[in-house]
Amino acid sequence: MTTEKTRMLKIADKTFNSRLFTGTGKFQNRQTMADAIIASDSELVTMALKRVDLNSQDDDILEPLLQQPTINLLPNTSGARDAKEAVYAAQLAREALQTNWLKLEIHPDPKYLLPDPIETLKACEELTQQGFIVLPYIHADPVLCKHLEEAGAAAVMPLGSPIGSNLGLKTREFLQIIIEQTKVPVVVDAGIGSPSDAALAMELGADAVLVNTAIAVSPNPVAMAIAFKEAVNAGRRAYEAGLGSRSLEAQASSPLTAFLDEF
Amino acid sequence: MSFLDTFNQLDWNEVKLSITSKTASDVEQALSASRLNHDQFLALISPAASPYLEQMAKKSLQLTRQRFGNTVQLYIPLYLSNKCTNICTYCGFSLGNKIRRKTLSMDELDAEIRAIKAHGFEHLLLVTGEAPGTVGMDYFRKVLPKLRMHFSHISMEVQPLDQKDYEELMSLGLDAVLVYQETYHRPTYNQVHLRGSKADFDYRLETADRLGKAGIDKIGIGALIGLEDWRTDAAMVAAHLDYLEKTYWRTRYSISFPRLRPCEGEMNPVSLISDRQLVQLICAYRLFKPEAELSLSTRESARFRDNVLPLGITTMSAFSSTQPGGYVNDEFLEHTALEQFAIDDNRRPEQVADAIRSKGLEAVWKDWDNCYSH
Repeated sequence: MTTEKTRMLKIADKTFNSRLFTGTGKFQNRQTMADAIIASDSELVTMALKRVDLNSQDDDILEPLLQQPTINLLPNTSGARDAKEAVYAAQLAREALQTNWLKLEIHPDPKYLLPDPIETLKACEELTQQGFIVLPYIHADPVLCKHLEEAGAAAVMPLGSPIGSNLGLKTREFLQIIIEQTKVPVVVDAGIGSPSDAALAMELGADAVLVNTAIAVSPNPVAMAIAFKEAVNAGRRAYEAGLGSRSLEAQASSPLTAFLDEF
Repeated sequence: MSFLDTFNQLDWNEVKLSITSKTASDVEQALSASRLNHDQFLALISPAASPYLEQMAKKSLQLTRQRFGNTVQLYIPLYLSNKCTNICTYCGFSLGNKIRRKTLSMDELDAEIRAIKAHGFEHLLLVTGEAPGTVGMDYFRKVLPKLRMHFSHISMEVQPLDQKDYEELMSLGLDAVLVYQETYHRPTYNQVHLRGSKADFDYRLETADRLGKAGIDKIGIGALIGLEDWRTDAAMVAAHLDYLEKTYWRTRYSISFPRLRPCEGEMNPVSLISDRQLVQLICAYRLFKPEAELSLSTRESARFRDNVLPLGITTMSAFSSTQPGGYVNDEFLEHTALEQFAIDDNRRPEQVADAIRSKGLEAVWKDWDNCYSH
C-alpha cells in the first residue's frame, strides 16, 4: 500500500516532498522567477553557475530563493564543454554556494545542447571522488546510466528531447528501459513542454522531472508552475496506483476459453 | 579546406538572381519549414517576403523566446586604440583621416576598467584599429590578463590573427572573436580597402576557420550593410554560418548587421536598407538559425532598438563610446574627436536596461564565467 512517506523522493541524503524540479533561467525578471518557483512547490532548483556572480555573496539572482527554507539550490555547469571545465566549475560552485550538490552538464554542441557522454562520465567519476552529489544530465542512454550509477551518481537525468525544445518525451522507450533497470532515481530533464508531458513521465515511473523553459517562457509562469505541480502529482499517483494495461483489441466478457471454468 | 573553397564556388550574380526570383510560394514554403535550408533563407530575405513581414516577426519572436528566454545580454565595447595602418573608405579610423590617434597606456586602461565596472558590465568587447606594430600580440599579451581579472567574458574585434596567436590569446582569457567580412563581393572589397593588410580578402575570409581550429568558444560574423547589395551579402553570411556550424560544431556563433554610420571621411552607402528591410533581415536570420546570437549595436537609434529587440535580438551593446579613453570622462559623449563612427543610441546603461524591462525582458549583465575560459 502506498503511504505519504513512500511518495517522498530520496536522493543521496535528502528527502523531497515535491517531484517537480525547476530552473531559474529565461524568466523575464527575478520576481516572476521567484513567484513561479514558490508556486510550483519545487524543493530543488537548478541555476546556471555562469549567471551567478561568484564574487558577490548577495547575488541578486539567488537572493529571492535563498529566503525560502524549503528550496535547495542545485548549481549546474551549463557552458562547460569538457570534463576539465565542468570539474573546475563545480569546485567554484561548491566554494561560493556552500553546496556539494551539482547538476553536471557538459554539452560541447551549442546548437542542440546535446550532452557529451564520454566527458560526462569522466567528470562524474572525478567529482564523486571529490565528495560531490552528482546529478548528470545525459542522453536517454540506458548503458550510460548504469556506468554513471557505478561511478557514484546520485541520480541520472536523461533528456526527453533537446533542451528548450518543448518536444516532450521523444525518448520514451529508452526512458522506460532506464527507469526499469537503473537503481538510482531517474529525473527526466529537458524537452518537457507541457504538463501532460510531465504527467506521462511520472506515469512511466520517473522519480521526478525538471522543467524550466515551459514555465519560464509561458505568458503566465505562475499559473503554468501550478499546472506542472498538479500534473506531476497526478502522474505519480497514477503510477503508484498502477495503470491498467492497454490493448487495441476489446477484451471479451465471454472469452473463448471461458468454457474451461465451467467444470 | 576552408570556407574559401566553398565561397569560390558561389557566384555573386547567380545568388543575387536567385534571391530576386523568389516568389510568394517560395516564401510560404520557407515559413512553414521547421528547419530552413539556405535556399529557404534566400526566400525570406527576398523582395517577395516583404508582405510576410508580420508573420516572420511573430515566428522570430516565438523562436527567440523559446531558445533564449525572456532575456537580453548586455555588453560594452572598449576601444583600446584608434591607430590604423589601413585605408578603408568607409571607416573613421582610416589612415588618411586627420584625427588624433591614441592607444591606451596600462594606466589609462586601468582607469577605463574602473569606469566601465562602475556601470555593472561583465561582458566586454575589445576594439582596435589595425596597427599590429602598436596594438599587436605584445600589446594584447599585456592587456588580456589585466582585463581577465575584472570581466566575465571578453570578446575581441581586432585585425585577423594567425591560429597560434588565437590559441595564445585564449590561454590568456579570450572567449570570443568578431570578424566581419565587411562585404563578400570581392571587387567591391578591393575598391574600399585601398591599403594595408585588410586588403587581403582571402586571409580575412579564412579568419573564422583559424578561430574554429583554435577552438574558440564564440565567433561573430557579418557584413557591413551599405557597401554592397545587402541581400546578397546576407546570403553569403548565411552560407558562411552554415559551413562554420557544420565544421566547427563546438563553437557558438553570433551575427551582426551593422549599417554604415556617419564618420570622419564618410562615404555614401551603395546599398541602402530601410528599417523595415532590416527587421526582415533580422527575422530571416532568426528563422534560419534559431540558436544564433543576434547582436544589435548603438549604431541604431534608441527607438529602433527598443522596438526590434523582442523580435529576435539576444545581445545589445549599451553606452558605447567608439573612441579610446571614452569612458573615463563621464561626459565623453561631448568629445568625439577620436571616434570610429557616430553612435545613435546615447542612453546610459540603466536607461537601456529599463527599456529592456519595459518590453517584458530581463537585462542580463553576466552569462559566462572565467572557469570556462581556457
